[in-house]
Amino acid sequence: MHQTIHIAIKEFKDYFISPIAYIVISLFLVITGWFFFSTFFIFDRADMRNFFALLPTIFAFVIPAVTMRLFSEEVNVGSYETLMTLPVSFRDIALGKFLAATAFCACMLLPTLSYAVFISMIGEVDPGPVIGGYLGALLLAGAYCSLGILASSMTRNQIVAFILGAAICFTLTILDRILFFTPAPLTELIGFLGTNTHFQSISKGVIDSRDILYFLSVMFLGLFGTYLVMQEKN
Amino acid sequence: MAGLFCHDDHRIQGGTVIQVDNLTKYYDSFCAVDGISLEIRKGEILGLLGPNGAGKTTTLRMLTGFFRPTSGTIKINELEMPKDTLEIKKRMGYLPESAPLYHNMLVFDYLTYVAKVRGLTGQQITQRLHELSKLCGLADIMHKSVDELSKGLKQRVGLAHAMMTDPEILILDEPTSGLDPNQIAEIRTIIRRIGKEKTIIFSTHILSEAEATCDRIVIINQGKMVADDTTENLKHRAQKGTTFTLALYGDPGKAPMELLSALDPALEIRKMAEKETGISLYEIKTSGTRDLRKDIYLKIKETDWVMAELTKESQSLENIFQELTKGA
Repeated sequence: MHQTIHIAIKEFKDYFISPIAYIVISLFLVITGWFFFSTFFIFDRADMRNFFALLPTIFAFVIPAVTMRLFSEEVNVGSYETLMTLPVSFRDIALGKFLAATAFCACMLLPTLSYAVFISMIGEVDPGPVIGGYLGALLLAGAYCSLGILASSMTRNQIVAFILGAAICFTLTILDRILFFTPAPLTELIGFLGTNTHFQSISKGVIDSRDILYFLSVMFLGLFGTYLVMQEKN
Repeated sequence: MAGLFCHDDHRIQGGTVIQVDNLTKYYDSFCAVDGISLEIRKGEILGLLGPNGAGKTTTLRMLTGFFRPTSGTIKINELEMPKDTLEIKKRMGYLPESAPLYHNMLVFDYLTYVAKVRGLTGQQITQRLHELSKLCGLADIMHKSVDELSKGLKQRVGLAHAMMTDPEILILDEPTSGLDPNQIAEIRTIIRRIGKEKTIIFSTHILSEAEATCDRIVIINQGKMVADDTTENLKHRAQKGTTFTLALYGDPGKAPMELLSALDPALEIRKMAEKETGISLYEIKTSGTRDLRKDIYLKIKETDWVMAELTKESQSLENIFQELTKGA
């Protein structure tokens, strides 16, 4: 457990040593800010529903960019060998990197809290959906991080890792919007597998254990997949 | 096993620390390491030699638990791979080839991170970093970023990384490759110094290095172990014949050859190209191991030739290495 935390802290610091962190955060804020506020005054409602509606799509592309280097770079540079011969288990490594990436995503979300503050100054905000939205955003970020890490562990090329991660995350995001094309008996199942339905239900302020369980299982599956890939490499 | 030299007469240094049995590794259908068995005692410095691609790195990677062997067992003291891999990793320091470190970290941060992961705390970390900085000469570069370091400095940081918790076993993969002669000498001194109480295994393809540093040499070729013996014994074995080089002032022509063949008609003598103006070189080969320098000197003394040089070429490990790794 100690090792998990040391690895997480190291990886988290790493983000802020390089300029990547600042670029990704700025890009994220510009994109969400623009899409959210460009229609905010037209809707004329004091809520953040549109912000959270956008989030899964934006996360599907931003988070793989955050996680793409976690394994690919190590394998490419060779430090993977140094890391693997330290007395740490596969679980420590996967979990440490996952925690670092999720914490980074939380940092990315942090400035958007100012939107809530700002909106509450110009109108009455219902705190339920906002709190639910942020909780959902964290769960969603965690799920995408674990999938991004899985993609990163499968290749030594960061660009391939990004594309693979984005493809997986984006597919999960749009799954509930392509139900039209799926055979009728499977509709419900496929709808359930997508991230969007679960996220939107939490961001309405309805905290359902099924949704939370869904996100936790995605995280677990992603990390377990990473664990298997590491074992395979060994 | 054919071609394997006996190793019963080793200097006894302590109990067995590492026991490797029939270690084999396949990459798909390619056999990288083929049935290596080894026993390494406490306090031994073992050099793993072989041409490029012989399986040195693969063997070391299996010993450190980075690769899983296709078959065979590795035992470290009472611990066994892969069951106790984590515990074994705690007792082992490993420097991978060309020391791949996190390039974006400061040396100090990097070593602190390693210390923490290896379970050192607060005061211990400061103390250990001080010791290592002294041992490996890192004081000046502690606050430099790893990617600013030259190869030799990186190698020293890697060595500090490997020795962080003062492990009983150190495994170093080509610790001196790509370094300049001064740095090589430094690294060797460090290895010699820590080798007094630790078990060290290191791989190299430089023979003189193994000769200068190791107690024992294992040569592998195409994944198979072809020699396992003390450095002394191997050298002894290498000396099948002896070559002497004689240099004379002036050009006495073929006369010295006739003169020296009187010593022993079996001698193989030939005149070599002139080294520099005014000096003639002769090469005298014998199949025995007897030192003929005295006889040659006395013979030359009888004449009025002036000797410039007389050397005995002690056949080094190179010959035996080439012989054993032929066809690589």
